[in-house]
Amino acid sequence: MQFDQILQYVLSGLSTGAIYALIGIGFSIIYNATGIINFAQGEFVMLGGLLTLSCLELLKLPLWAAIPCAIAVSTVVGILFERLAIRPLKQPTPINLVIITIGGSILIRGLAMLVWGKDTHAIPPFSGDTPIAIGGATILPQHLWILAITLIIILINKVYFYHTISGKAMRACSYNRRAAGLVGIDVRRMVLFSFIISSAMGAVAGIIVAPLTMIAYDVGVMLGLKGFCAAIIGGMSSGVSTVIGGLILGVLESLGAGLISSGYKDAIAFIILLLILFIRPQGLFGKADSERV
Amino acid sequence: MKKMSLLLGSICLSLICATVSFASGTVKIGALFAVTGPASFLGEPEKKTLELLVKEVNEKGGINGMKLEAIIYDTGGDATKAVQLATKLIKDDKVSVIIGPSTTGESMAVIPVVEKEKIPLISCAAGIKITDPAKQWVFKTPANDHVAAEKILNYMSSKKQKSIALLTVTDGFGASGREQIKVLAKQKGFTVVADEVYGPKDTDMTAQLTKIRGIKPDAIICWGTNPGPAVVTKNVKQLGIKTPLYMSHGVASKKYIELAGADSAEGVMLPAGKLAIYDALPKGDVQHKMLKDYDHSYKKAYGTEASTFGGYAYDAFLLATGAIKKVGSTPEQIRNGIEQTSKLVSISGVFTMSQKDHNGLDLSAFEMVKIVKGDWSLLK
Repeated sequence: MQFDQILQYVLSGLSTGAIYALIGIGFSIIYNATGIINFAQGEFVMLGGLLTLSCLELLKLPLWAAIPCAIAVSTVVGILFERLAIRPLKQPTPINLVIITIGGSILIRGLAMLVWGKDTHAIPPFSGDTPIAIGGATILPQHLWILAITLIIILINKVYFYHTISGKAMRACSYNRRAAGLVGIDVRRMVLFSFIISSAMGAVAGIIVAPLTMIAYDVGVMLGLKGFCAAIIGGMSSGVSTVIGGLILGVLESLGAGLISSGYKDAIAFIILLLILFIRPQGLFGKADSERV
Repeated sequence: MKKMSLLLGSICLSLICATVSFASGTVKIGALFAVTGPASFLGEPEKKTLELLVKEVNEKGGINGMKLEAIIYDTGGDATKAVQLATKLIKDDKVSVIIGPSTTGESMAVIPVVEKEKIPLISCAAGIKITDPAKQWVFKTPANDHVAAEKILNYMSSKKQKSIALLTVTDGFGASGREQIKVLAKQKGFTVVADEVYGPKDTDMTAQLTKIRGIKPDAIICWGTNPGPAVVTKNVKQLGIKTPLYMSHGVASKKYIELAGADSAEGVMLPAGKLAIYDALPKGDVQHKMLKDYDHSYKKAYGTEASTFGGYAYDAFLLATGAIKKVGSTPEQIRNGIEQTSKLVSISGVFTMSQKDHNGLDLSAFEMVKIVKGDWSLLK
């Protein structure tokens, strides 16, 4: 086994992993603020990509304008989803909420199929597609965009959650909703905020991967599951550990496909998911919660 | 008493006459297409093509003075529904021939019904088991996958390429192609040095291709339908792999070049059905005019380009009407007529049926093409 092959596997894995990480953080932000696993998260990824396509082709916007446009529209969809499907619920038990998000994802996917059709679409890369060589391995400029944008988003997240009032309030909700409510935090507003942030992040993920992977109405399912996997490995934290979870997942998938067999690529992700849930349900890096009676 | 029997006799006679005249008036063609559901990309153009053709023929006065009537049902791609609707076509609608179903699974489910009821079936699905072994009442129009695979391997041997790296998708199409290539490669003395797969929804195949790059094969054959092959094409470019890349006939459409980008797709070779590339065909090609007419009239009627899949229904329609014209319009006569088909120029190729071969297409159904500057160019 040559060194440049391993390097290529790792680099490919890291860039795929960065996407999983972005989607995974979207999962954990909503989970922390509301206790919901939002299975519609993958659909926002799809919406981001397809809306960019429409902005580029129908509205003839340049790329730098199409991207914020697509993010804005996806965010509006996220807000509507929270307002129309999550908030009116009389008995927000976890199982009800999970089923609602699954229903929502099917609805969004169905509408997307009607609007954009069943075809796969391509979006031009942000800055050309001349491969860049790194010690025998090659990556595309788009991979650098993905890594850089993921990094920036994680930094913004960090600043928001630890250095702003509303970020701190959201963290307070995640520790204890009732206590947060008692000290005057509007919990329902925080829930809405969490949907805004995660749908925007999902859309960003969709936009930056679309030039590499192409986009169709049904890409959200698999990407959503992989992102969920990353979040589980990271212990549902909205910070660095989910990012590491995503990167680990991406690299293991790529190494597994290259060194063992490409037939087991998806199986690897789900075996990891099951192992983590069995052995370390608190995530790879989390401390076990001690339940007080 | 005598009067009575005379009356009865004349009633019977008039009834017989009525049926006979009715039979010579219209021929009922039944059709089962997956117009909705996951296989709608097959069923929809098939339905539209059949409707278009029936209209055209009737406007020209029908066949031998008989009008055609098409009864088309939507199976939704569901085998159980296909069987129910096939029975309905035979028992209630009393059709003389059935075109479809669109998928291999549905066709296999419908075969026992038509064999029992003795109604000819012309399937529009590609699975090799539909007509291998040949069944009395069953025909099919798409060429077998192994014909496309053989076309690639023949071209490879003319270029002295001996070792193959396979990269196939893990669905029915990819699995069937993978099996066929392996069998053919063994027969023809090729060695398969890598046998990699990818999922239909996978978005990055650099891992598999890096492995293949390390093995240094003479050629890479990728077998799948969009979008997978487009991703593979981009990844090959990214990794700077210079090995010749072959694709299956499953991506023989402009959509593939659009998805992969003309730059990345430059130099990719594949066997293509002639409809996709009729512009590039030499003017003397027997199919050229028919392909052009079909594409134009389809575009005029529906505003979109004609697809290979609609072509399968076109072939089935020509086979059935050809038999009606030459032999007759009862199910038995249509079946015999189809089996006697010889050198029938159609969309998917030139059909020559026999008792053993109920598909009737050979290697000439495909042309090897290379992508040059975002367009097809014929390989010699």
